[in-house]
Amino acid sequence: MSGLVEKSSFGGLRKPLLLPAWLTIGFFLVIPVLTMLVYSFLTKEFRGGVLWEFSLAAYDQFFFDRGLFGDEPPKIEWTYINIFWRSIVQAAVATLICLVIGFPTAYFIATRSPQTRNIWLFLITVPYWVNLLIRTVSMKFLIRDTGPLNHWLMQAGIIDSPIHMINTNFAVQLGLFYSYLPFMVLPIYASVERYNFSLSEASADLYAGRWTTLRRIVLPSVKPGIIAGCILVFVPSLGAFLAPDLLGGAKTFMIGTLIEEQFKGAAGNWPFGAAASMLLLSLVMVVLLFYASSQSKQALHH
Amino acid sequence: MKTMFKTVTTSAALAVALGLGSTAAHAEGSLSIYHWFEYIPQDLLDKFAKEHDVEVTMDTFDSNEAMLASLKAGKLGSYDVAVPGDYMVEILANEDMLDTIAEGELANRGNIEDKWVDVAFDMGRKHSIPYQWGSTSFSVNTEVYKGDINSTSVLFDPPAELSGKINVLDSSGEVLALASIHLGIPQCSTDRDQLKALNALMQESKGHWASFNSDGAKDVLVSGDAAAGMIWNGFGAKARSELATLEYSYPKEGYIVWMDNVVLLKDAPNRANALKFMDFLLEPENIAAVSNFAQYSAGVKGVNELLTEELKTSRESNPPADAPAGSFIQVCDEPTQKLYEQIWTNVKK
Amino acid sequence: MKTKALDQIKRYPGFFPMAVLCLFLLYTPLVIVMIYSFNDSPSITLWGGFSLRWYEDVFFGLEAAKLRKAAWNSVSIAAMAAICATTIATAAAVGMVRSGAWRGKTASFALLNLPIMVPEIVTAVATLIFFSMIGFKAGYATILIAHVVFCIPFAYLPIAARLEGIDSNYEQAALDLYATRWQAFKRVLLPLLAPGIISGFLLAFIISLDDFIITNFVKGAGVETLPTAIYGAIRQGIKPNIMAISTLMLLVSILFVTVSYFVGRNGEKKHEG
Repeated sequence: MSGLVEKSSFGGLRKPLLLPAWLTIGFFLVIPVLTMLVYSFLTKEFRGGVLWEFSLAAYDQFFFDRGLFGDEPPKIEWTYINIFWRSIVQAAVATLICLVIGFPTAYFIATRSPQTRNIWLFLITVPYWVNLLIRTVSMKFLIRDTGPLNHWLMQAGIIDSPIHMINTNFAVQLGLFYSYLPFMVLPIYASVERYNFSLSEASADLYAGRWTTLRRIVLPSVKPGIIAGCILVFVPSLGAFLAPDLLGGAKTFMIGTLIEEQFKGAAGNWPFGAAASMLLLSLVMVVLLFYASSQSKQALHH
Repeated sequence: MKTMFKTVTTSAALAVALGLGSTAAHAEGSLSIYHWFEYIPQDLLDKFAKEHDVEVTMDTFDSNEAMLASLKAGKLGSYDVAVPGDYMVEILANEDMLDTIAEGELANRGNIEDKWVDVAFDMGRKHSIPYQWGSTSFSVNTEVYKGDINSTSVLFDPPAELSGKINVLDSSGEVLALASIHLGIPQCSTDRDQLKALNALMQESKGHWASFNSDGAKDVLVSGDAAAGMIWNGFGAKARSELATLEYSYPKEGYIVWMDNVVLLKDAPNRANALKFMDFLLEPENIAAVSNFAQYSAGVKGVNELLTEELKTSRESNPPADAPAGSFIQVCDEPTQKLYEQIWTNVKK
Repeated sequence: MKTKALDQIKRYPGFFPMAVLCLFLLYTPLVIVMIYSFNDSPSITLWGGFSLRWYEDVFFGLEAAKLRKAAWNSVSIAAMAAICATTIATAAAVGMVRSGAWRGKTASFALLNLPIMVPEIVTAVATLIFFSMIGFKAGYATILIAHVVFCIPFAYLPIAARLEGIDSNYEQAALDLYATRWQAFKRVLLPLLAPGIISGFLLAFIISLDDFIITNFVKGAGVETLPTAIYGAIRQGIKPNIMAISTLMLLVSILFVTVSYFVGRNGEKKHEG
């Protein structure tokens, strides 16, 4: 029997088995995303709400500045582009920090004995299962001017006045890093665990130094895990809402808070919010397509 | 393994069954309120629920504009009553989002103080009853800044000690009105130069502001995250009671006065209970409980003797003799309002 | 001799402190909140002695009824969403893993995982707009539907992973012995798949319990879940009773990881044995 036939014991029932999932996701996610696309081309009604009239106003507002009275020649509007750019940079830095701390941790765990490995894994997983909101609030509590961190540092005489961290890019950064660190550790762990250490041994036999082995042999082998980890941190960081909302102030708007403001805040500009969401979605899809193509290249190599 | 699986499924199924059961167990009726945050004591809601055997649910908002946006976005028809500020009552009425209270539908209508019956935003109180009134200005931590606080410059052209430590309400109506007062221009200006000046002022002041936060307006001051912050008088009084060095300002340029009102929303699912609730809030005893909780003034006769001594004498409720009169926020026409919205959008980006 | 050398090669100086740092960073904020939830002083940073007063406040204080309702909404939504998502995902996993190769399989896989790939805020916006356009009134049901959708991939992944590890000869043998497909599934595949299903269920449950953004967008008038209620409260400042709730939720999470960890380990053992 060929492998294909072997694994198709329920092949005949494929459609009825998959239909509920297809329908649920299709009807309540794919169609809504398409609706959102349509809304991004509608007209904002005065004082909130939408009018069913085609308009490019939302995208125009995003990319062009026509002055206060709307009668100046259009200039490029950098504000929203900057918010996107800031979000990308913040997410990238968060990813990098997660990688710097996450990789050694994952590697370390994967090289323990199975018993200790499980304990470490358990300890890394617990925070991931803790409510994200609660984790972000904990961080806010810890680093605020009157929070325990500043309090202790002052008591210990290390600083005279509190270090101002809340409402800064640094705080948002810290929040993002803290939110998604376990996402980095787990996939890297999984690929290091599968890594065949006799390769390292062979490399050592050929007189390669430890760090050379790490760079030339280990890293390329566990690259899929690293990329997966980076994506798992980067993508949610990009659209994060809680970290910039709770830890950042007026000057740390990110994509997530910008979009939320259009729907839950006072702005009430649904078409603009839909347009910003579409742009965020496109950005994420580009990242994922890039990932998918690198994956398939990898598959071809093997 | 199998038993474990069974336990999990059974308990989950049980949870579902109980969940459906609990939603089915209803009180006689219900009342759905759309209210400002931290503006009504929970025990007063409980009292109403008990007296009328009504299940009360409440959602909160943190600015008049956010409330309007949410109602326009499809929440109209979900709530029975809302508590908009003066100018927002007028806007809601213009948008045809309010129901009319017919003659004789409110037993306690006569309790409304005379000066609050024929108000510009709702002549003859067709849609609303008074809730609380007060002022909007700002509080300053006098430990951080020891100079004169009675000027809008503290917010819009702050001294070095306060720059970067200022919180501003996340509410376009109040911020832009106070900024107009600072510049000495009318609230609904159509003059291009005045609007440009307002826009420029906002852009410049924004550099000195740390955050836009309404529901946290008290907490940012008390916790020290901000050293000065725009705030409503009652909320400012609460802040001061937690941090004594905070002082509420009565700027010489002027400040905002407002009245929040309970309105009967159009398509209210429980109209009768909404009217009962309004009658309930027109009882001096009940609305006095709100005043004592929120530290604002009521617009109902016979409340005064029920207020705490603290509220009667607080600086926040008693402007000093030399303070100017405050002004209400005005409703601009559509083309003008769009420009103000644009200025606000520029602020928030 | 050889193993020792390999051990040397495997080790990197500095990785152990890094791992310790990682745990330290992950746990410090949580532990501090836990400690301060027992603080007697209403001032949030000054220590005023050990006390359970904030726990008392959570269970019997003025807000207790509201919190209980929010907690109940959270748990009942999570339970129903996880059951629906796990059922749909189990069927889908069998349909994907046991159906051989077919055109569109990759697309189907992408569709199943779409809820993970689309950023949460985008899902929230899209769902809100969709419900508002079709005139579906926001409320308990809108939250539930949205939760079922984004829970599907979280339930699917552990189930599919488990199924891939199960030799198809098991159900093939049953089918050869004239069992119907349903019997083969129920009697043979399902018991073997159970650990995966339970992991999927628990993951979906916790993901639903955790969600704030989507719930905040699609919730209707007067319906709160624990995260939205907590968010509303902390916008006005972090109060000690919030820390007590946080600590309680932390304990629930730990309980869940522990259960799922033991289920996973049991399953592995059984499968190997």
